[in-house]
Amino acid sequence: MTIIFAIFLLTMLVITAVAIVQSSNLFVSVMLTSIFSLLMSINFFVLDAADVALTEAAVGAGITTVIFLSALALTATQEKPNSSGRGIALVVVGLTASLIIYATFDKPRLGDPNAPVHQHVAPYYLDNTMEQMGFPNVVTAVLSSYRGYDTLGEVFVVFAACIGVLFILDARTGTGPMYVARQMTGLRHHLIPQVVARILVPFIVLFGLYVQFHGEYGPGGGFQAGAIIATAFILYALIEGEQAALRAVPRSAQLGLVICGALLFGMVGVLCMIMGGEFLDYSVLMENPVTARQIGIIVIEAGVGMAVCGAMLSIFHAFAARSAGDTHETV
Amino acid sequence: MIFAGVSCAILVTMVLAIARAIKGPTVYDRLLAVNMFGTKTALLLAVIAFLFGRADFLDLALAYALINLVGVLAVLEFFQNRIDANGDASGD
Amino acid sequence: MIEGLHLFVDIVSWILLIIGSICVLIGGIGVLRMPDFYSRLHAASLTDTMATLALLSGMILQAGFSLAAAKLFAIMLFLLLTGPTATYALANSALLSGYKPKTDVLEKKVS
Repeated sequence: MTIIFAIFLLTMLVITAVAIVQSSNLFVSVMLTSIFSLLMSINFFVLDAADVALTEAAVGAGITTVIFLSALALTATQEKPNSSGRGIALVVVGLTASLIIYATFDKPRLGDPNAPVHQHVAPYYLDNTMEQMGFPNVVTAVLSSYRGYDTLGEVFVVFAACIGVLFILDARTGTGPMYVARQMTGLRHHLIPQVVARILVPFIVLFGLYVQFHGEYGPGGGFQAGAIIATAFILYALIEGEQAALRAVPRSAQLGLVICGALLFGMVGVLCMIMGGEFLDYSVLMENPVTARQIGIIVIEAGVGMAVCGAMLSIFHAFAARSAGDTHETV
Repeated sequence: MIFAGVSCAILVTMVLAIARAIKGPTVYDRLLAVNMFGTKTALLLAVIAFLFGRADFLDLALAYALINLVGVLAVLEFFQNRIDANGDASGD
Repeated sequence: MIEGLHLFVDIVSWILLIIGSICVLIGGIGVLRMPDFYSRLHAASLTDTMATLALLSGMILQAGFSLAAAKLFAIMLFLLLTGPTATYALANSALLSGYKPKTDVLEKKVS
């Protein structure tokens, strides 16, 4: 059964990838990239990696498409013709690809429990998660506690990316004449999407919070929850217009979310050091180390969720303000 | 057994949707194909979760059902703004 | 009697699953073969609504009374809510940007 899935999905992946590269209209490429993200999400699901599948679906198919489109709105939609150097590129890529394919002949079978990569720390994590952390989801345990430094680095990377995009787009918090934005009239006057979106937004936020707090027992966690909640607010902005969305979650709140999320994560680590342990060693936070680790994980997952949600909202609103400003370029 | 057949049917439909996305002469055809692909993904995730017996993976299908709409509405908004600004539906 | 009930529920859910698969395939073929955007939209909406109803009802019957059935019901509810909305938004946007439905295909075949 898995073979049939693999054949279908991987063939569709190759076809979609070829179509993305062949098309010279970037809008078509963005749509096909959304399909590619969905295919990868199903692939991860079939390989039993549910957390990764949820993240890929929430981030890749929802938010990335929106951000790509906003970037397309600021640039051109046709690819610039480029015909030099293609022969050399083809040779280099062909050589590298054949080397990699040759190297896979020695690779152990996918998912083989005796493979060397599964022998080092993986059995330790699998055996000790339940008794050291008290919950069954090993992915969350590895992400938040056993490899907590990496997650701290990821949160700071999200923070840096958000700041970088805000600098590039020159997003100011002004209320000058350039930002008397044209109301996004596209969908606001259509009754049916408006009604349905008003029903859906609270449910999407609720589901995001469920994913956030349920991340220890099932697929979920901070990254997915942040992306889902940001999607809810983006839906609100699309339907009600950008001014209403900025009244709901103002610029200061968006940036505050990003900053507080990253700070929260760092402060938990420092708190652990103050209470006598090492950086990000949650077991010293309370008397019972299992409960202490759970508390620590809940707090840092909240930090991660806040940071991701705030970053996505800031980037979306920066793009939207910039494209609204461009149509009033003479102001 | 029956779930294997159902998932094969959904996979074949996804192939047809990709064919429409690649072929579609207008941009709305491609958008239609992407929307259809999204809903089929949600259905396929639910069927596979049943097939493998992992009922707690149904959260993914629910997340996907909610997020698909936002993607389609965002593309439509983008396209509407382009038409308002340029006065024509230029993209293909 | 309980055995008969289980068998009955099994058969009904199998029939629903088979109907759902047939609807998905018909809709997919329709999207590929129909001549005009609006007819393709109609074919795709068949997969959004009918297939969702049939497949997820079949799976709910198989799941019995459990958390999985509640989640499946929520998935069905949200898919049925968002599918027609997306169809409406697409059709509205296409109509507003000037694509008229093609009405001369049948006339060409007749004459």
